[in-house]
Amino acid sequence: MTPFTTLSAMAAPLLADNIDTDAIIPSREMKSTGRTGLAEGLFAPWRYIEGRVPNPEFVLNRPEYAGAQIIAGGANFGCGSSREHAVWALAEYGVRCIIAPGFAPIFAANCIRNGLLPLVLPRDAVESIAGREVHIDLAAQTLTCGADTHPFPIEAEAKAMLLEGLDAIDLTLKSRPAIAAWTDADRAARPWIYL
Amino acid sequence: MARTLADKIWDAHVTATTAAGSDLVAIDRVFLHERTGASALKSMAAAGRPVVDPRRVFAVMDHIVDTRPGRGDQTLMPGGQAFITETRAAAMAAGITLFDVTDPDQGITHVISPELGIVLPGCTLVAPDSHTCTQGALGALAWGIGSSEAEHAMATGVLRLPRPKTMLVRFDGALSPGVTAKDMALALIAAHGAGGGAGHVVEFAGSAVRSLDIEARMTLCNMATEFAAMAAIIAPDEKTYAWLAGRRYAPAAFDAPYWADLHSDEGAAFDRTIIIDASAIAPMITWGTSPEHAIPIDATVPTGPTRAHDYIDLAPGTRILGTPIDVAFIGSCTNARLSDLRRAAALAKGRHIAPSIQKALVVPGSGAVKRAAEAEGLDKIFEAAGFEWRESGCSLCFFAGGESFPAGSRSISSTNRNFEGRQGPGIRTHIASPEVVVASAIAGVIADPRLLEAQA
Repeated sequence: MTPFTTLSAMAAPLLADNIDTDAIIPSREMKSTGRTGLAEGLFAPWRYIEGRVPNPEFVLNRPEYAGAQIIAGGANFGCGSSREHAVWALAEYGVRCIIAPGFAPIFAANCIRNGLLPLVLPRDAVESIAGREVHIDLAAQTLTCGADTHPFPIEAEAKAMLLEGLDAIDLTLKSRPAIAAWTDADRAARPWIYL
Repeated sequence: MARTLADKIWDAHVTATTAAGSDLVAIDRVFLHERTGASALKSMAAAGRPVVDPRRVFAVMDHIVDTRPGRGDQTLMPGGQAFITETRAAAMAAGITLFDVTDPDQGITHVISPELGIVLPGCTLVAPDSHTCTQGALGALAWGIGSSEAEHAMATGVLRLPRPKTMLVRFDGALSPGVTAKDMALALIAAHGAGGGAGHVVEFAGSAVRSLDIEARMTLCNMATEFAAMAAIIAPDEKTYAWLAGRRYAPAAFDAPYWADLHSDEGAAFDRTIIIDASAIAPMITWGTSPEHAIPIDATVPTGPTRAHDYIDLAPGTRILGTPIDVAFIGSCTNARLSDLRRAAALAKGRHIAPSIQKALVVPGSGAVKRAAEAEGLDKIFEAAGFEWRESGCSLCFFAGGESFPAGSRSISSTNRNFEGRQGPGIRTHIASPEVVVASAIAGVIADPRLLEAQA
């Protein structure tokens, strides 16, 4: 996984609340069981008009935001289906960070596992930086835009995983002895779990 | 120290704590489906990582499988057959239990997992499906994850997680006649927002919750993901244990001290508490494109995002009762259990859908639900009323790129999501209880089921 340390880019504004994963990648755009080939379907309902012609009104089709690495979104971003394809599509398109007042929990977890930073800022701060060049420093947990610096929260484990680009499974497998010891004790306590 | 039920289950599953303060939480059960499961299994196989305990991993075909009679592996979704055949091959290679297309136990994940006793009180269960929170109705800590997390759980037996916050949502009092668990969920989300539960495990409690039957509790918990909750949970009680007794994967007895402790202690502190007067809840319906856009059925469309009004084509101030509808759907992990179909059939009996309705479907949640409904003759009631009767699956809860309603249709639906295009391009979905769906299909316009008397 590509580590996330710092990032300077335009924050493409997509400020509607409750942008759901059906909008980010519609079910019909998930054409194979793999994790690639999804960027073309990113935001398909809004990005294309009849005949799959790019919709000039849609933010990512505007020249200044083409290939955007940062999206400034609304509240409860990524709600709906748990499909990780939404994050895979964003990552394949080139997005590394989404800034929003809040995220749906499964979507935020999917972001972390794929090297995308789900960055939470108050709504007025998101609105103030939308459409502008921002600089993000994950180690310092700050976002700078012009003269303003906004601190942002992130859970410690998620921060470490992103900064170091760690594979969570490899990391967890190092705890195999502790997990095995717990399982042996649990097998006696709750035999019905172990089919 | 007094603890919440969610904390008790969490504590009991912590195998280790990381340097950064997250927990490695043991996962008792993983459930996969063909839409997202194959990618997790294939990715694990490619990385050479085996499933640590295949007997505790289950898979089913539910999302894109055809629900028309006589189905096989063919599905209406372009390219969809590969999801079915690849999930089958990957499940067999991994040695996990698969409920295949023609298996009598096939059905929607969150319907068959409780039916078979795979989810149990006090256990942890995850699935790469957001509506996994449904299963918290049995007193389990059950939540939706992505494919990477599914791989993690299968390869290691645990997930790395910060401890979630807890929220108590207490419904006091009694529901009025004609008001259901679906209306409780929509009333909560309408009042507190689609992001209102973010980061929390929500425990539903109170007299109105206790009085719900187990299937209605599943409907309530199902919608917790539309509230952005990590999970929902209801403390198990005698109803829960009676409901689970004798099911295939359930233990023989629920009388050990372990089971008796599965409740929040007196005085346990929740991070947040919401109290709702259940007696004040009316049948609810959504007017817009988020489940938070829900109103009592006799109310008028409020102001809200212009985009939602434009998409749904209803102006603020419009009375939602009487809005003409084109299509109707009863099904999904929210409302396709036997009790849902019984209540819907009682209203449909001896009546017929309006001539203006272009398509109306009833899709049972599982093979077992379908057989039980047919044994009671519910299929005949629905068919006589003009509904199609289908094989079990997720069906038109969402648009899998295959079957849909006519473009631009206005749909009345017992499902959980009313997003733009959720049921197909341009489809405008109003979500509500099965009772509202039947009453509206019969009237041809959005209608109040309380005015429609059930036929004996």
